[in-house]
Amino acid sequence: MAAASAAKPPRRRVTHKLSERIIEWLLFLAAASSVAVTVGIVYVLVFESYVFFEYLWKEGRLTEFFTHTRWTPAFDDAEYGILPLLNGTILIAGIALLIAVPFGLTTAIYISEFAGPRAREVIKPIMEILSDVPTVVYGYFAFLFVTPLLKATLFPDISAFNALSAGLVMGIMIIPYVASVSEDAMRAVPMSLREGSFAMGATRLETAIRVVFPAAISGVLAAFILGISRAVGETMIVKIAAGSQPVMTLDPTESAATITAFIVAISHGDLPYGSLAYLSIYAAGLTLFVMTLSFNLIAFFIRKRYREIYE
Amino acid sequence: MNKAVMQSELKTPGVTKPKAECRNLNFFYGSNNALKNINLQIEDRAVTALIGPSGCGKSTLLRCFNRMHDLYPDNRYEGEIKLFPDGINIVSSRVDAIEMRLRIGMVFQKPNPFPKSIYENIAYGLRIRGDRIKKSELDDRVQKALEGAALWNEVKDRLKEPGTSLSGGQQQRLCIARALATDPEIILFDEPTSALDPLSTAKVEELIGELNGKVTILIVTHNMQQAARISKNTVFMYLGEVIEADGTEKVFTNPSQQKTHEYITGRFG
Repeated sequence: MAAASAAKPPRRRVTHKLSERIIEWLLFLAAASSVAVTVGIVYVLVFESYVFFEYLWKEGRLTEFFTHTRWTPAFDDAEYGILPLLNGTILIAGIALLIAVPFGLTTAIYISEFAGPRAREVIKPIMEILSDVPTVVYGYFAFLFVTPLLKATLFPDISAFNALSAGLVMGIMIIPYVASVSEDAMRAVPMSLREGSFAMGATRLETAIRVVFPAAISGVLAAFILGISRAVGETMIVKIAAGSQPVMTLDPTESAATITAFIVAISHGDLPYGSLAYLSIYAAGLTLFVMTLSFNLIAFFIRKRYREIYE
Repeated sequence: MNKAVMQSELKTPGVTKPKAECRNLNFFYGSNNALKNINLQIEDRAVTALIGPSGCGKSTLLRCFNRMHDLYPDNRYEGEIKLFPDGINIVSSRVDAIEMRLRIGMVFQKPNPFPKSIYENIAYGLRIRGDRIKKSELDDRVQKALEGAALWNEVKDRLKEPGTSLSGGQQQRLCIARALATDPEIILFDEPTSALDPLSTAKVEELIGELNGKVTILIVTHNMQQAARISKNTVFMYLGEVIEADGTEKVFTNPSQQKTHEYITGRFG
């Protein structure tokens, strides 16, 4: 009797432990696979880019990638200067930010500091729908609506493919993103800080702008940077509305190719596998990856550095 | 006790010249009647302590004086808090809450310096008042406020540093200086030392002691020794009602109400 009752609990514990371990392993595998895929992608990107750069280096043209202002991998006298693609990418992302930052920020301030619970319940889901629209729809919106509109009104000489309409529409696309991340940051500001400001006799607007906004500045900056990162990586809109002419120009009414648009254009073409032009996709992709990664890292550190003060 | 004087001239023992008085003040969180028929005078230029067990309504009463309850939905005031000399009813819906907060300052339980420099923390109240103020005058008033809060010597060389870089006790004195900077008629203190260490507590208490006689101060505390040390008058509250209000010495040595006696001798609370 005594022996039986003494033997029973350990056995139960063993089976318990076994199933626990199996589950733990399954969970670990699930987590590990996503890490493995990421590592795999980065590996392919870096490895293929290495082959590309090695080829350029052997021909003594390595600096060309960073200094030349022509990007013509498909031509017979191919040139591989990334600058025009960077130019297009940054120009369009810049236009997008000019739209997204003011609208996103005012939306965030309104929702976080002024809107009552009911207004918030209406606005937030609508904003989320805005970010659920497939980017191809935004792309055609830019191409078929915004560009003709710009042509009919402000810029009669605008090209059919142009950086301006792509940037404007991309800005609209990232407004919800900027607004929602900034709003989270402002909502996280402790109520005691707002009370302190109201108790001094401040109005809602003064409190929002002079106290809540500076207290949430790290989150708001992170929202901007994540917005940039998103804009830089966006593909469909630019491919459809901005065209694929890599040109060194700051004129937004001209066609402009971004890194992403180039990759799409080339990967659809019939470039022989393993050719230098084919490999240039990876070098462009790596450039893009380094850009977005560094933006995300900057956002991460800004958040981390300024966050602890009010927590 | 209070109900008896309701109709006639309100007279709180220990008060010779009232700065403010509550008349039949009721306050509701939704349908919860948190303050019941408060009749009370607050002495001008003196420290009045609000004591009582947790949930008795002392912070709720304090926050009526600067209409902090307006910030949250479904709160409602009834009755009056008259502010003298003009006799304006603070809790009237026709009176602008912001107007009242410009006249009545507040210091909170946890120090809440703004995400600005030490200097700008103090200048905040002056700047939002909107009148163009000369830089030299602003400098003077910031210095005066910091001196008033016994913080000037500690921070005079680091006015540009963020307010949050100060220690907890210094932050609370910064918040007191912030309240002092605009020369408010009343300063409300909501358990200002409950988040501070004993040394900082002593400093803040000393400071409040120095302000006694200069500014009208209403302080919520559940530290009875603190109330006894720093206040001229004491108000004992229980379950949303004022049970007894009198000179501090009288309340702590010879209370007239049984409930007060039980509370200050530690029988509940």
